Amino acid sequence: MRAIVVRTIKCARLLKRARFFCCQEGKVLIQLRNVAKWFDTKNGRVQAVDDVSLTIDRGEIFGIIGYSGAGKSTLIRLLNRLESPSSGEIEVAGSELTKLSPKELRGVRKNVSMVFQHFNLLWSRTVAENISFPLELIGVPASERKRRVQELVELVGLAGREDSYPSQLSGGQKQRVGIARALATNPEVLLCDEATSALDPKTTDSILELLVSINKKLGLTIVLITHEMHVIQKICHRVAVMEAGKVVETGQVSDVFQHPEQPITKEFVKQIGAVDDLSLTFEHLKERYPSGQIVKLKFLNETAEQPILSDVLKTHDIGFNIIGGNVTQSQVGALGTLFIQLIGEASEIERAIASIRSQSVEVEVESDVS
Amino acid sequence: MFPNVDWQIMMEQTWETLYMTLVAGVATFVIGLALGLILYITNESLLLKNRPIYVFVSAIVNVFRSIPFIILIILLIPFTLFLLGTMLGSTAALPALIIGAAPFYARMVELALREVDRGVIEAAESMGATKWQIIYKVLIPEALPAIVSGLTVTIVAIVGYTAMAGVVGGGGLGNLAFLEGFQRSQNDVTFVATVLILIIVFVIQFIGDRLVTKIDKRSA
Repeated sequence: MRAIVVRTIKCARLLKRARFFCCQEGKVLIQLRNVAKWFDTKNGRVQAVDDVSLTIDRGEIFGIIGYSGAGKSTLIRLLNRLESPSSGEIEVAGSELTKLSPKELRGVRKNVSMVFQHFNLLWSRTVAENISFPLELIGVPASERKRRVQELVELVGLAGREDSYPSQLSGGQKQRVGIARALATNPEVLLCDEATSALDPKTTDSILELLVSINKKLGLTIVLITHEMHVIQKICHRVAVMEAGKVVETGQVSDVFQHPEQPITKEFVKQIGAVDDLSLTFEHLKERYPSGQIVKLKFLNETAEQPILSDVLKTHDIGFNIIGGNVTQSQVGALGTLFIQLIGEASEIERAIASIRSQSVEVEVESDVS
Repeated sequence: MFPNVDWQIMMEQTWETLYMTLVAGVATFVIGLALGLILYITNESLLLKNRPIYVFVSAIVNVFRSIPFIILIILLIPFTLFLLGTMLGSTAALPALIIGAAPFYARMVELALREVDRGVIEAAESMGATKWQIIYKVLIPEALPAIVSGLTVTIVAIVGYTAMAGVVGGGGLGNLAFLEGFQRSQNDVTFVATVLILIIVFVIQFIGDRLVTKIDKRSA
């Protein structure tokens, strides 16, 4: 029962997704060549980004993960030249950023939008006026702006809140406004600077789902930085791991998860309790086995060490699928969590659940996990 | 009840005070806003940071803000004479009022602009806004409540200044209270003039507060 972490199904899905999106060959959208950025401060030179070379393809969701101070924030700000590189070349959608005039740069920025951790909305403007802001900047006529705002409000699920002010919105709603605003000019690239770090886990998931749907619907390339591995796992196709200004590891998310090479990557991969984030797998299993019953078993200490499950399965006429599980150490001892899907007659499943329960194993029926 | 009060004159002088306050207020708003913007913009790396200009404007503002108003009026006598040909009356008080109040207001505008979240300016920059667009579409609207409440404080100060200007020859309630009330020992005139000044201040404060509440969207 210990540390049964079966990720096969999940990985297969991730791979499939990744392949689907990454195989439009020769579609490099963003290219960094030996990019470095340092700041001269009172306490000497700080090397924020150190000799980074990366390519990001059109249509992919590319994640950059690192702890705070790793330089990821500076790196993403180089991509729309909120920071200028100290050395190296940055090419975004065919433009070499370092060689642009201010006017050309403003043009590129309309094509490379940014979403911020703290939303950075104008609180003096309503939702609709905030979304319309980038359109005003380029002189889109009012009627056209209104139409576009309406589209975007619906796209990000804020219909009915057009006339609210940011102060009247929740964090998740504010970020939806931030995303809608970023999409207003029909950009090719969306840069997400810790876009979910100020949000609670549930809201984070809803924003991530929104990003995925935008990526699919609009074919938008998304570059995001985060310190949360689960963000990477949930929506990214490829990932770069940053440490002390350098990119120490890059690859398909599925590969990096299965075979992390650098110690820091291993740490990040360890962050992921497989149990917390299985909603995709549930859906998948529910589709495949509509009759199946997904249950979550919780073991504590000694129950985690006995073959309870195998006994129960021997005495009842049911089959099972292991979805995932883990064992964590806590103040009260080892806590085991296991997700399984029971397949068989409904009545038989019920009896099996009852007899597992009688062994002082907690059982939660997870059929309505969404 | 007030034997020495000539209500006709009292009303005339109230209008004089209002006239000085209003004209000086409008001019202070325009000049102070411009100076405040210059101070902010030349000290902000995201916009047009320019140390020499900042230091220069800042020094001028500090000097004029530090001179006590009563002394400023006296120092400005030659300037006023040159400009208007006279030292007496309400209009003659205007240059001193404006020069005294505008630097004060400029600092308030600078403070108000500094309160605007840098992240919002950066967001506008990331959307391809020009510096000018950042100023009039982001900075001013976002700082507006503080700009307006600063203006209220400044105009209230201007009312006080008009009274001082009255002492050295400007018109208005201050002049009346000093010449008719104090110098001729007619306490009732001083009293009524003071009450009228207080009413003017309260009304200005009330209007300013209402305006700020109306435009401030920061709290739900």
